[in-house]
Amino acid sequence: MSATSRTDSETPERSAPAGVPHLDVDPFSTEFFEDPHRIHDVLREAGPVVWLEKWGVYGVARYAEVHAVLNDPLTFCSSRGVGLSDFAKEKPWRPQSIILEADPPAHTRTRAVLSNVLSPTAMKGVREHFTAMAAAKVDELLARGSFDAVADLAEAYPLSVFPDAMGLKQEGRENLLPYASLVFNAFGPPNQLRQEAIERSAPHQAYVAAQCQRENLAPGGFGACIHARADAGDISAEEAPLLVRSLLSAGLDTTVNGIGAAMYCLARFPDQLARLRSDPTLARNAFEEAIRFESPVQTFFRTTTREVELAGHRIGEGEKVLMFLGAANRDPRRWENPDRYDVTRRTSGHVGFGSGIHMCVGQLLARLEGEVMLAAIARKVASIEISGPVKRRYNNTLRGLESLPIAISPA
Amino acid sequence: MPSITFVHPDGRAQRIDGGDGESAMQAATRHDVNGILAECGGNAMCATCHVYVDEDWLARLPAMGDDEDALLDGAAAERRANSRLSCQIKLAADLDGLVLNLPDRQL
Repeated sequence: MSATSRTDSETPERSAPAGVPHLDVDPFSTEFFEDPHRIHDVLREAGPVVWLEKWGVYGVARYAEVHAVLNDPLTFCSSRGVGLSDFAKEKPWRPQSIILEADPPAHTRTRAVLSNVLSPTAMKGVREHFTAMAAAKVDELLARGSFDAVADLAEAYPLSVFPDAMGLKQEGRENLLPYASLVFNAFGPPNQLRQEAIERSAPHQAYVAAQCQRENLAPGGFGACIHARADAGDISAEEAPLLVRSLLSAGLDTTVNGIGAAMYCLARFPDQLARLRSDPTLARNAFEEAIRFESPVQTFFRTTTREVELAGHRIGEGEKVLMFLGAANRDPRRWENPDRYDVTRRTSGHVGFGSGIHMCVGQLLARLEGEVMLAAIARKVASIEISGPVKRRYNNTLRGLESLPIAISPA
Repeated sequence: MPSITFVHPDGRAQRIDGGDGESAMQAATRHDVNGILAECGGNAMCATCHVYVDEDWLARLPAMGDDEDALLDGAAAERRANSRLSCQIKLAADLDGLVLNLPDRQL
């Protein structure tokens, strides 16, 4: 598959809108990835709707407008792509997702299937095993004392539970993280990150396509459960592999960055680690607050299906609107002391998992992984200290670290 | 404005004012009612705003959707005939005085 994308010079072919603040920031640049918060503040304060000249798109960075766009899926559609690429004008880089890149009523049916496969009841089934694996991982890391909290914890733990829960074979699992990284880079503009990810993607795409097939998925796993729903007539046999692909795309790198975010928070805010240690039942909320605070999934686009008025501005049909989830999650209009990581905060309503009909279907799985890991840390770890240079990882959609060297001591 | 009373598992009653058009869950989180987590923020996707509706009020509530029904099966506390998700109970003048009992846990 080759990427079909417009080039930089072709982008601003439409006339820029009047009355909307124009900004020349690039939310897909290294400068932005290094410190998004300063520019988020500029975006929020410029107005409820802004125009991003670099890519010729509208942007919303305040909580109210991000929430409104997320909750009006008929006006702000997903079927034309949730990245910069407009599927009405360009061919998607891979066959379109039948859940993420779909609108009602098509979306309703596939969403119901995945909601069922990843239901609270399904989580009860894997909870005990996930808890034991988290405790074992923390014991192992305590024995080492110092390690990289990204590779050895944030990546290692989900990799120790998620592929097995899906029912994947042992061989080829090293393709999972590069594949996810590709998917999230591909939502971005045709910059170097996106181009390089797609150019290198053939083996990762081939691996994932094969694992989506029924014969490669172990009985009892989430993948087999999706195929079973095809037997029940809820989806077609052709749709089942595409839904498995959605879980493989979105189910691993997101939790990696979520757990990484939580570790980075606990390492930087020892008072909050102490609070968590004093009451390990706060583990689930401490994870949720890390999702709000760091927003591992930073952005998504929608496309307008008609002319619409948003916060007093008229937006025409067929316009891309970029939602800054991370900025909404720290909007002082919605959150008290938004730049403070507080494990006791009432986090309900944050948009780190999205909102509305496309809200993350795997949120219960993500929360389970985050909760049991932080609960194990709360019970077993006395201190977390950053012991070397922290390196950021660059991705067009995901915010996370490449390396977080830490030293921990036992409780 | 409709007022709702949340009854905690220890019998303590907490009466709060709900805004028109707000859900019972939104009113609860706005007033810091402990026992309503609402992890998904009101999208009927997490089952952590589970309540037991007082019998006198049950018939007056809007019908249950399929999503809500499926989620209640997976709720942490026992599902009963009067179980509902408070995010799916939209407040209106005719629900003034609504009584909702909190389960012993949401997780």
